Amino acid sequence: MSLAKRIIPCLDVDNGRVVKGVKFVEIRDAGDPVEIARRYDQEGADEITFLDITASSDNRETMVHVVEQVASEVFIPLTVGGGIRQVEDIRRMLNAGADKVGINTAAVFNPDLVKQASKKVGSQCIVVAIDAKCVSTEGQPKRWEIFTHGGRKTTGLDAIEWAEKMAAYGAGEILLTSMDRDGTKIGFDLELTSRVSDAINIPVIASGGVGNLDHLVDGVIKGKADAVLAASIFHFGEYTIGQAKQHMADKGVEVRL
Amino acid sequence: MSTIAVIDYGMGNLRSVAKALEFVAASHKIIVTNDEKLIRSADRIVFPGQGAIGSAMQELESRNLVSLLKDLVRQKPFLGICLGLQALISHSEEDGGTQGLDIIKGDTLHFGPLFKKNRIPSHLKIPHMGWNQVKQTQAHALWENIPDLTRFYFVHSYYVSPQDANVVTGSCDYGGEFCAAAGFDNLFAVQFHPEKSQQTGLQLLKNFVNWDV
Repeated sequence: MSLAKRIIPCLDVDNGRVVKGVKFVEIRDAGDPVEIARRYDQEGADEITFLDITASSDNRETMVHVVEQVASEVFIPLTVGGGIRQVEDIRRMLNAGADKVGINTAAVFNPDLVKQASKKVGSQCIVVAIDAKCVSTEGQPKRWEIFTHGGRKTTGLDAIEWAEKMAAYGAGEILLTSMDRDGTKIGFDLELTSRVSDAINIPVIASGGVGNLDHLVDGVIKGKADAVLAASIFHFGEYTIGQAKQHMADKGVEVRL
Repeated sequence: MSTIAVIDYGMGNLRSVAKALEFVAASHKIIVTNDEKLIRSADRIVFPGQGAIGSAMQELESRNLVSLLKDLVRQKPFLGICLGLQALISHSEEDGGTQGLDIIKGDTLHFGPLFKKNRIPSHLKIPHMGWNQVKQTQAHALWENIPDLTRFYFVHSYYVSPQDANVVTGSCDYGGEFCAAAGFDNLFAVQFHPEKSQQTGLQLLKNFVNWDV
């Protein structure tokens, strides 16, 4: 009897529509975040994460409506990230029905936001998203740095130290994405994940690189992640969440079946 | 139409609690309020909450809800959720020590010392966040149609330790056994979030709505 490792599907939402194409065979509207969230909920997702990639801030209200709709019929934890700059943005998402809010770039440029926000709304609502990339050359001790702008700009910040700082500032959880692995389907950066997980005492969600179900198992066992996040393997119907959980259970990982 | 009042004292996401209640109790009126009259006239009370106990108690006092809650808890079906359970306890060690409503005698404690006492390796994270199994230590109307050891969604760094073991209605294990649900008479309070625990959580809320004390 113990705490289950969580499986979290992640949806990119642009202007209120799911992008990067979700391909469920029998789904009516693959672009509808509400319909897809409902589906993942039925399949047994432990949480759902929405990443708002809407470029224009004028259209941010759209995401609020998406969250409101999903929250009125999907009763599992919902995280919303993307475009969160100030405490007011966080409040708006929580009031719409989100349970947690992901802060990424804004935390890098204004770390105090994490402090303020966790004080105001509680650490449990604050997920700090970290995009890390390996910067050491072969033969050197491994070093990962925080990148912003979709992995294009480095900040020079050491990823592990940054995670420790964010935990100390009141983050409730770290969403750790390997920019080297994102989209590659060759598995999580397990060394990065386990180093961060060992360094901090708050939960770590592994992200970036999942291509098959063994990768999820590795993320938990070798990467020591508390939760695993994946997008494409679920969106394209390669695997259902139920299959992923069954596979993890077969490999000895505690999951909610 | 029967009414369920969700107590609004500025602590956390009450919307999800209200939404989940609306989902299971279509024929009831759900109101999110801090208005004494509305709360007193409601048929059932839900007392949710998230965040730190220090601010929670301050918010309750500033809204004059302390004595009201103490009255109500003896009068109508009353469901505490998460911080709404911790606030019912006599005392919490959070925020440098905080007096609670003292409706359930006992203490609210941090997970840290529990792990130390049980020699738990340091990889166990705080907060206790995610889906964990709840053992139904007593038969209760609110457990109806929920199999024993079903998982509920938890997020917390402190846990309650009631003095009287007889009030514990459910337990959970995270680095040691702790109280996941407590209750007596018309009171039931849970550490987990039924409003975020999918079908199982909705079932518990439904049981509360139908609970004939």
